[in-house]
Amino acid sequence: MSPATQPQPSYSPMELMITVAARYLEDGATVVVGTGAPCAAAMLAQRLNSPNLMVMFEAGGIGPQLPSMPISVGDSRTFYRGVAASSMPEIMGMCQRGMVDYCFLGGAQVDPYGNLNSTVIGPYERPKVRFPGSGGANDLASLCWRTMMLTPQDRRRFVPRVDFVTTPGYLTGPGAREAAGLPPGTGPYKVITNLCVIGFDEATKLMRVESLHPGISRADVEANTGFELLWADGLADTAPPTRDELRVLREEVDPLRYIIGRA
Amino acid sequence: MPEFSERRPELFMDPDVDAARRFFRDKPRRMENKVTTVAEAVRRYVTDGCYIAVGGFGTNRIPTALLHEILRQGRKGLGLSGHTATHDCQILAAGEAFDRCDVAYVIGLEARGLSRSARRLFETGRLRVTEWSNAALAWRYQAAAMGIPFMPARVMLGSDTGLRSAAAEITCPFTGIKLLALPALYPDVALVHVHRSDVYGNCQIDGISVSDLDVARAARRLIVTCERLVPTEEIRRDPTRTAIPYYLVDAVSEVPYGSYPGNMPYEYFSDEDHLRRWLEAEEDPVRLCEFVRRHILDTPDFTAYLELCGGLERMRQLRLRELLIPENVSPAPAAPAAPAVPAQGGDR
Repeated sequence: MSPATQPQPSYSPMELMITVAARYLEDGATVVVGTGAPCAAAMLAQRLNSPNLMVMFEAGGIGPQLPSMPISVGDSRTFYRGVAASSMPEIMGMCQRGMVDYCFLGGAQVDPYGNLNSTVIGPYERPKVRFPGSGGANDLASLCWRTMMLTPQDRRRFVPRVDFVTTPGYLTGPGAREAAGLPPGTGPYKVITNLCVIGFDEATKLMRVESLHPGISRADVEANTGFELLWADGLADTAPPTRDELRVLREEVDPLRYIIGRA
Repeated sequence: MPEFSERRPELFMDPDVDAARRFFRDKPRRMENKVTTVAEAVRRYVTDGCYIAVGGFGTNRIPTALLHEILRQGRKGLGLSGHTATHDCQILAAGEAFDRCDVAYVIGLEARGLSRSARRLFETGRLRVTEWSNAALAWRYQAAAMGIPFMPARVMLGSDTGLRSAAAEITCPFTGIKLLALPALYPDVALVHVHRSDVYGNCQIDGISVSDLDVARAARRLIVTCERLVPTEEIRRDPTRTAIPYYLVDAVSEVPYGSYPGNMPYEYFSDEDHLRRWLEAEEDPVRLCEFVRRHILDTPDFTAYLELCGGLERMRQLRLRELLIPENVSPAPAAPAAPAVPAQGGDR
């Protein structure tokens, strides 16, 4: 995009994660987002590649023209100039009917099948740490077609087994979601971290690294993962954010640096 | 993990639809004036040990005055439906007002961080806890609102959230697919804050309704606080707008700014400074005690709390923020560039 003579713009890991996530959200898709980075990714996508991306929030906001980053997924920004100010049953019903393409989730722990824990660290009855619980995460990951995860990558977070399956990924492997009764054809799609983009192997439903972010080596990724990862045959390099993407992200999406200032 | 299956997940509320029908049969359906004070409504309907549901969404359109009053009156042993319970959970946890909780989302305040005080309480092991998801609780209310004992759904299947819930797997008699039966949830009392109500309890809500249409119908008793009491004529002029009809409602109190420090759509934005100070006070249990005493226990009512938090001037600022009106008026062109707003109201 930019002439070869221009130096690459610098960017933070968070800016890269948001930018990469935004590229996956195609025009005309529907996505349920939370606050923070996922919301920033959806806003960025709307301003660049996907003006007709339909953004929704679990508390009922549908298609807002977000004037600023929401603080709560139920605050008034989530339906500001929206197409509807609806309800949680409306949004969750839409997910269960099969009309929501993407959701974005994170968690305290994630395992090789993309199962997420946001409930407890340690044994359930005597937890070392208690977290908020599912919220809408279990619902969205059960019902939306594709689950996206946006998360920092380290050994504390990427664990061989989560202490508690708050939210289902591929559970124990191929066929497990269907056997459990979850709608067929759903499940984790991409995990976008500060180091790489991870997909899921069709045959095993295990995490498989698809592209490495600029300056990141295979060893870096391995050092920050608590389990054996699969690697795509044609391992790619993640395209860095363009000047255009960074400008829109910094000037229009998050001018007060609520999200991008964190990294 | 031997501890993992020590306790069977508890179903705190009976989904007995016929018991509920008998109760609702006797619930008065006469149009009568239900206006009362917050203190009286809590005294009459929120009794020690009862199970409550809170409307809104954690820091949005929440019935703060009622929650404060529960602490002021020293209610204990409540059951709590943790359907995105954020600041509401934080208030009730500070008063250790509940001893059991249906958890979908608690402890956290979304993007603002986690409440240390609520977290401590949940980590003590003193609470009885059953796990759910937000949709599960929303649909449990819906089942109760419809008068059926359960709602089938395709969530929580295959997960520990499901195992730690009190839901049951069933097979669909028509399609043969596996479903999760979510038991109807009839709270003893629901607390809901709305934009407008008449004296009978006919209510209008602006913006998202979250799960409140079902919460209002599922609860045996419903206490409503409203930003404004309006003449019934205003309700009758546009009946399309009635979200909660009067026959669901047991008590109505007018509480302007009643969702503060939460957000009230089209009225005022959340007071992020105050919410931050609350989170900071939780760093130390003694400091939190002091904070709660000063802001809640030692204030006679919600108006006094608002005064303590900056009063009308603060409410004006939050109103401008909600309406996206720039807050900085530049009186003289020569004035040097100053910070747009004082960081907060009167309270530090």
